[in-house]
Amino acid sequence: MSKRLTTALTLLMLSGLALAGPAMDASGVKQPTNWHAIIMFLIFVAMTMGITYWAAGRTKSTADFYTAGGGITGFQNGLAIAGDYMSAATLLGLTAMTYTQGYDGYIYMLAFFAGWPIILFLMAERLRNLGRFTFADITSYRLDQGKVRTMAAISSLVVVVFYLIAQMVGAGQLIKLLFGLDYNIAIFVVGILMMVYVTLGGMVATTWVQIIKACMLLFGGTLTLLLAYSQFGFSLTTLLEKAEAIHKLGPKLMAPGSLLADPITAISLGLGLMFGTAGLPHILMRFFTVGNAKEARKSVLYASGFVGFFFNVIFLMGLCAVLIVGQNPEFFEGGTIGGKLIGGGNMVAMHLAKAVGGNMLLGFLAAVAFATILAVVSGLALAGASAISHDIYARVIRKGQATEKEEIRVSRIATIGLGMLAIVLGILFEKMNIAFMVGLAFGVAAAANFPVLILSMYWKGLTTRGALWGGYGGVISAVLFVLFSKSVWVDVLGNKAALFPYTQPALFAMPIAFLFAYIFSKSDTSARSKLEQDAFEDQYVRAQTGFGASGASH
Amino acid sequence: MSSVIYERMRVNPKFQELVRRRGRFAWTLATIVLVLFYGFFMLVAFNPGLLGQRIAEGSMWPIGYTIELVLFVFFWLTTVVYVRRANGEFDDLTAEMIREAQKEKP
Repeated sequence: MSKRLTTALTLLMLSGLALAGPAMDASGVKQPTNWHAIIMFLIFVAMTMGITYWAAGRTKSTADFYTAGGGITGFQNGLAIAGDYMSAATLLGLTAMTYTQGYDGYIYMLAFFAGWPIILFLMAERLRNLGRFTFADITSYRLDQGKVRTMAAISSLVVVVFYLIAQMVGAGQLIKLLFGLDYNIAIFVVGILMMVYVTLGGMVATTWVQIIKACMLLFGGTLTLLLAYSQFGFSLTTLLEKAEAIHKLGPKLMAPGSLLADPITAISLGLGLMFGTAGLPHILMRFFTVGNAKEARKSVLYASGFVGFFFNVIFLMGLCAVLIVGQNPEFFEGGTIGGKLIGGGNMVAMHLAKAVGGNMLLGFLAAVAFATILAVVSGLALAGASAISHDIYARVIRKGQATEKEEIRVSRIATIGLGMLAIVLGILFEKMNIAFMVGLAFGVAAAANFPVLILSMYWKGLTTRGALWGGYGGVISAVLFVLFSKSVWVDVLGNKAALFPYTQPALFAMPIAFLFAYIFSKSDTSARSKLEQDAFEDQYVRAQTGFGASGASH
Repeated sequence: MSSVIYERMRVNPKFQELVRRRGRFAWTLATIVLVLFYGFFMLVAFNPGLLGQRIAEGSMWPIGYTIELVLFVFFWLTTVVYVRRANGEFDDLTAEMIREAQKEKP
């Protein structure tokens, strides 16, 4: 107990933070304090704090704060996007899914991946050419600033908050397991470090934290795989023969299984993951950190290369784990092979690292997982803060009259507010089943952000009225579909049967958003709607050529 | 001011050509990706058994894994193809057009 307390305090002090009276609660499963992991994590924190200090000196204007002054290169941004996209849930969740479900994990990965080419072909250059700080800059380009921005900010915040809660709860549980730290302390460490990165270093620091972490993750994952795969002579044939021989699915290990049992769920999932990616505010924001459309395109090229590579790495890691972890009594509670894995199902990747690389590699991968959560919540907090400060405060409340200084100040306050909210919600939701939250975030992104964004760029006929109906229709229907589905109605609220039979909302909520946007634009005969449609012409030329787009400030 | 320049670009035949050529190229690639992706998901949804079979007698390579691996590589190659052409040919055309629009006397 006292040793853990010392560990926690050392960690906090070394990070340059003070925390009064951390609540120590020894309940729940906790691993012994993992010194390798803590030391490596401290090195990461020290490095990123150095970067934040350097970035703070360069963060003066709103452009610096929101978009790193547009001075990030395509390659750097590609790494940062890949970093935003490869969260701890990806590393741990998808390895675990492959370990238990086999091929189903790989199907998920393709659905996560396939959105990227589409984003490149249809969105990347228009996003860069039209946007400045937030994606609401684009949707409100020729529409009513106040109403459309408010709508975009609300749906952005819904996505950010749900995603943030999922990350925080995951973080607390993971860190408790990996580092032997108390859940509440873990939540505080994540929340406070995130506030420091974002308030002081803005997008410059957030981007570099993300880049460093992406490199660590790619390195750690690849090394683990190489060590594990070498035990099978790098032969997929050997690996599959052995894995199918011992896995409970047997020869079905490499066939689609129960996760995507019915066609509607499979297709809805495919839609939600593909178009949800194209509606996540923290991902969209990354397109504004590069200097021009050329770099924006390169960002996607590099990002999709890293993401695609890494998904293939973790799939093979999962298969190797079937043999290496699944046959080693050391990793099972009570030493019974086939029983409960120590630390739960999500620990597969960590056990694999320990088995093939000892405590050193386990420590490294654990530090990477912590860093990953930290980097992803920082990106989310910045996206949420910009929706509050840039969209709601500067544009809607002050109607463009706020000075840059005031706007940045509001941003920082918003970041601290979001950070504290994340800490409180993270603690409140500790014991809840939060599996639905990531799905909800993707569902709202796909059903509210994406339809309005794509229509505003492609369809001349979109009017304010249509955008509002489409956007709000998308948010509300996505939220209701998730609320009435099994994952909330039954698993969280404890009702007998779900009112909505599917867990994935996208296939149903997206058409509602598109349909509403179409009907209410078409039936809009106001004088204002005529002006909005006429303004499309100039917007179209700018979208295509980038002429008039905000450039790099340094 | 910029509205005048936008107007000049819009009437420039090169703009029409750029939009047509790039649009067709982007939509062709997008269609290929979408058809392959949802085609694959239809297989997952309606014929999962097929994906579990081996590509050939005596081989351990499952059909589903092989298809997906090919899709991963192919989808990434489509991004390479698009970025090369958009950052080269199309951006040169755009730059030329912007130059012309700015050169004209108001």
